[in-house]
Amino acid sequence: MKRSLFISLLLLLSLAASALGADPAAVATKIQSNRVITITMFLVIIAITMGIVVWAARKTTSAADYYAAGGGITGLQNGWAIAGDYLSAATFLGITGLISLYGIDGFMYAVGPVVTFVTILLVIAEPCRNAGKYTMGDILSLRSTHPLVRGAAAFSTVVVCIFYLLAQMVGAGKLMQVLLEIPFRTSVVGVGLLIILYVGFGGMKATTWVQIIKAGLLMFCGIVMTLLILAKSGMNPLRFLSEVVSSVPIQEHVRAVLKHSQAEPGFDYGRRFLQPGLFLKNPIDQVSLGIAWILGAAGLPHILMRFFTVPNAKAARKSVIVAMFLIGFFFIMTTILGMGASLHLTPQLLKSVDKGGNMSSLLLAQFLGGGAGSFMGDLFLAFVCAVTFTTILAVVSGLVLASSAAIAHDVYVNIIKGGNAAPKEQVRVARITSLAVGLVAIVLKTKTSSTWWPSPSPLRLRAISPSSSCRSTGGASTQPASSAA
Amino acid sequence: MTNNLYDWDAIAEHPKFMELKTLKNRFLFGWWLFSASFFFLLPLGVGFFPELYRVKVLGEINFCFAFSLLQFVVSWGIAIFYAHKANKDFDRLTNELIAELG
Repeated sequence: MKRSLFISLLLLLSLAASALGADPAAVATKIQSNRVITITMFLVIIAITMGIVVWAARKTTSAADYYAAGGGITGLQNGWAIAGDYLSAATFLGITGLISLYGIDGFMYAVGPVVTFVTILLVIAEPCRNAGKYTMGDILSLRSTHPLVRGAAAFSTVVVCIFYLLAQMVGAGKLMQVLLEIPFRTSVVGVGLLIILYVGFGGMKATTWVQIIKAGLLMFCGIVMTLLILAKSGMNPLRFLSEVVSSVPIQEHVRAVLKHSQAEPGFDYGRRFLQPGLFLKNPIDQVSLGIAWILGAAGLPHILMRFFTVPNAKAARKSVIVAMFLIGFFFIMTTILGMGASLHLTPQLLKSVDKGGNMSSLLLAQFLGGGAGSFMGDLFLAFVCAVTFTTILAVVSGLVLASSAAIAHDVYVNIIKGGNAAPKEQVRVARITSLAVGLVAIVLKTKTSSTWWPSPSPLRLRAISPSSSCRSTGGASTQPASSAA
Repeated sequence: MTNNLYDWDAIAEHPKFMELKTLKNRFLFGWWLFSASFFFLLPLGVGFFPELYRVKVLGEINFCFAFSLLQFVVSWGIAIFYAHKANKDFDRLTNELIAELG
């Protein structure tokens, strides 16, 4: 039955894809992808992840299996999965884009997300592992047994998840709209259905393995692209940076960002790109962002939930350290990616495709493979797109799982049923809840159409900010930049 | 989960537990405070001492760039130090305490 579901889904997707003819009026200010290669790549990735879901579904029999993969995830695996949860499309597309347009400020933006793991490690990870079972409500209820406490924990989890979820689904919908020219609503419904299948059948085990594979693919993409960029500068990072500084288009772009109508004599615009203050101009903004980083990430339900999947406190510690190194390493690579995109493709082009620079990574992949129209260029673009798409699917799966755990485990099993529910019933309720959460997300998203929801994290907001109108056909590439979006 | 296995009040009054608690709290709070303060040197420094953060360190790498990289290294360092300390000392003290309680 699962197999037939899977096949019909693939059919549905390919039908949806082929029903849409290619747009002949393609303009230079948007990504030109090869639809056949891109669609094939998407289908391959979806097929692989679906395979994992079918495998995981067979092994999921109890509530502990469903919510916490039976506690059988090792520290190393969990570390990769946390990195997967954390390196969302926003980081890959958003931070790279920020660096490609605003230089070092984009990199400074990426410091907070790594430092926050010190808070997670010192304060959150072990108590979560030791006191929690499946949800944040479990941890609080250990000391305060009043149902209201659990209810409040469940409520806050669901609220955080929904905001985050909608923002991510918009990202996925936009990506499919831009790359495959599938209408936004169709994309959102398709993405929503895929996620319901992932979470509904596979539970935590499937979500974890999808995250691990996706984190691996993303790291692979990052490493290959970084090496290709450095190879163009003789594998010398210092030479690469001096090339960035002496690039005329970057100098022109910085002058536009600073709103200098005439080049000021003696002002080194290229070097200014590597100096702070192009994007985050006010120190108060920076401090406020810093507080959000230091404390905010430690409260993300889908990250907290990861600590319930490891067998002991030692594994919880190890998973944070593995995640920190992977994430930090990835962010350092995004500096090269962002500046490389700026150097080789010019900030003006990146900006004309997307005002926030969010398509920089994708355009860069195509360029590094040999450019638009070349087989390797289109293949690499398709691969990076498919990985980005999986990233969104995986992150949303984690969110759906976290919110369905809060509803099914906290509200239904513990508050309504007073903790007395048969294991089979628990799994059934959890699956139904995931389905419901997914459906609610789809309905909210299609109803609100292209309304952009405020996101709890400015990082996520950036990647899918209202300015990212990828289909804009604006031609003037050297228009003066509006101040930081 | 394991609520009924232990006599929590006895543990709370046990001198070894109090010692472990003090040790752990001091370590965790101290290092967290250090990490947070160190992190804020970046945005505050950039905001109030922009000239310092523009000083070139190596090639085109300026102080801001180098300091951002250092933030990664310091965070990794704290994490590894804590894991080492926890694996070596905190886990051992916890196990000793559990053994003593029987």
